[in-house]
Amino acid sequence: MTRIDDTPAGGSHAVTVRGLVKHYGETKALDGVDLDVRQGTVMGVLGPNGAGKTTLVRILSTLITPDAGEAVVAGYDVVRQPRQLRRVIGLTGQYASVDEKLPGWENLYLIGRLLDLPRKDARARADELLERFSLTEAAKRPASTYSGGMRRRLDLAASMIGRPAVLYLDEPTTGLDPRTRNEVWAEVKAMVGDGVTVLLTTQYMEEAEQLASELTVVDRGKVIAKGGIEELKARVGGRTLRVRPLDPLELRPLAGMLDELGITGLASTTVDDQTGTLLVPILSDEQLTAVVGAVTARGITLSAITTELPSLDEVFLSLTGHRASAPQDPTPADTREEVAV
Amino acid sequence: MSATTVTPAALKGDTPISLRAHLRHTGALIRRNLLWIRQDPESMFDAILFPVIFTLLFVYVFGGSIGQSLGGGQDQYVQYVIPGLLAMMGMNMAQGVGTGFNTDFNSGVMDRFRSLPIGRGSVLFAKIAVELMRMMFATAVLLVVALLVGYDVHSWSGLLGAVGLSAVFGSALMWVFLTLGVVMKSAQSVQAMGFLVLMPLQFGSSIFAPTKSMPGWLQAFTDYNPLSALADCARGLMEGGAVARPLWVTLIWSVGLTAVMAPVAIHKFRTKS
Repeated sequence: MTRIDDTPAGGSHAVTVRGLVKHYGETKALDGVDLDVRQGTVMGVLGPNGAGKTTLVRILSTLITPDAGEAVVAGYDVVRQPRQLRRVIGLTGQYASVDEKLPGWENLYLIGRLLDLPRKDARARADELLERFSLTEAAKRPASTYSGGMRRRLDLAASMIGRPAVLYLDEPTTGLDPRTRNEVWAEVKAMVGDGVTVLLTTQYMEEAEQLASELTVVDRGKVIAKGGIEELKARVGGRTLRVRPLDPLELRPLAGMLDELGITGLASTTVDDQTGTLLVPILSDEQLTAVVGAVTARGITLSAITTELPSLDEVFLSLTGHRASAPQDPTPADTREEVAV
Repeated sequence: MSATTVTPAALKGDTPISLRAHLRHTGALIRRNLLWIRQDPESMFDAILFPVIFTLLFVYVFGGSIGQSLGGGQDQYVQYVIPGLLAMMGMNMAQGVGTGFNTDFNSGVMDRFRSLPIGRGSVLFAKIAVELMRMMFATAVLLVVALLVGYDVHSWSGLLGAVGLSAVFGSALMWVFLTLGVVMKSAQSVQAMGFLVLMPLQFGSSIFAPTKSMPGWLQAFTDYNPLSALADCARGLMEGGAVARPLWVTLIWSVGLTAVMAPVAIHKFRTKS
């Protein structure tokens, strides 16, 4: 965090965006976006494909220029001071942006040299980051031989070479399996622990909850909601508790009992006969405890109990009244399935 | 609006990148491109095969009959065609540069480079430097094959001059192909485009055969074809003959192409979203 104080602006916001606009022909990729990210925090930008998340990251990392609006990152204007800004940001793109033909170590050494580290320092930094991201053993192998998770870790390491004050993570776990996703999350959490400010874009509420302290929800180039994670979770109806009694005959009496007690969230309890589970909306950990307490008091044996976050689609439904969709952008079939469950 | 919170406290404009930093960045990127070759030695195949195949093809297939019209035989054609092939080496490497760069550009790693505080030209300069090294390698292969098919070196200094000229013209063409590599959508279309443009220019020139026996309209074309000037100049330097005029024509084309296309390539590279 001291790093940011070295930059001209100081202040409490590492990223300030006002009225950012970017049009591609008729498509309004960004249509007047405002955003503030406090220093040392993780801001999650949640939205479906085509919402403008990547356009925002590309503008903030100086890859494209906005049509209108202003953005200041770590004290530097993205349009007028791109070179200075590039020194203090790190970028991890949607698709791992490492040179697949180069060995892991060479990838990091190259970035170090391009960031003007002396040879010795670039070597040391490459060794250090490979060690930290558990890639030392694969250091000499071309990145093309890496697994998906290793490639993302190398990508994260590459974005950390210059000790950035602000780090952009553009959908860092899209396309990864759950185990690898957890690995990447753990790395990101460790990086945040070091005091870096992170702007994270994601399609997953779960990822936002894991990593971000604040959330901005975007749709079709506009911000449709912003606030703390807990606050937004409460607004979209919190979590869903799935309870499966051992005896399916207990389902309906249990549902009736919970509704009568009135300890659950806004929506009413629903029964899913196919899986033999009860879906209980909850808004807080207290409600969760109360439900479990009530079930125990009744002496019902449970075979399964899990909590689920609302999907992106449910978040959108409750915030905007329409489903998460990307009407203008052609959406790849695989990601569309994830969005519109 | 809340402009006060947005405007940076110290807006000093942007810091320029020093020449030393430029060289350092270009050097680091040259190392990257050389490591590619080490990782994938097959990428050198064209640099080896092109001079071998073209020399054998032209000397043994066409050499006898074209040599006769030159008033000699195959031996005389060897002396005629080798300087032409040598002059072509730069442009042949140029053709590949766009294809390779297009593939490179469409990978995520270019976004990373473009988000780093490096001069925008560095990535392109490094590419050209490495292609020129490949060209030198291909030229060495050509010389070996040329000596094997009986080429007599009359002037080593002339030969060096011809290689240099080929490199100058080749690097000018590389800017054209780098621009195509950035602008066009796929590597295949860059390759097709390069082939379509260079093929008529190469054969409609004095590289492979004297233009005297060509029909008048084609001669008019070959006279203005810069590749004729390039080949004539290489021939003049290596075998004796007029040098001044073709040298000037080649240099003017090289400088002109570079002056126009290098800024275009760098601009397109910088602004491509």
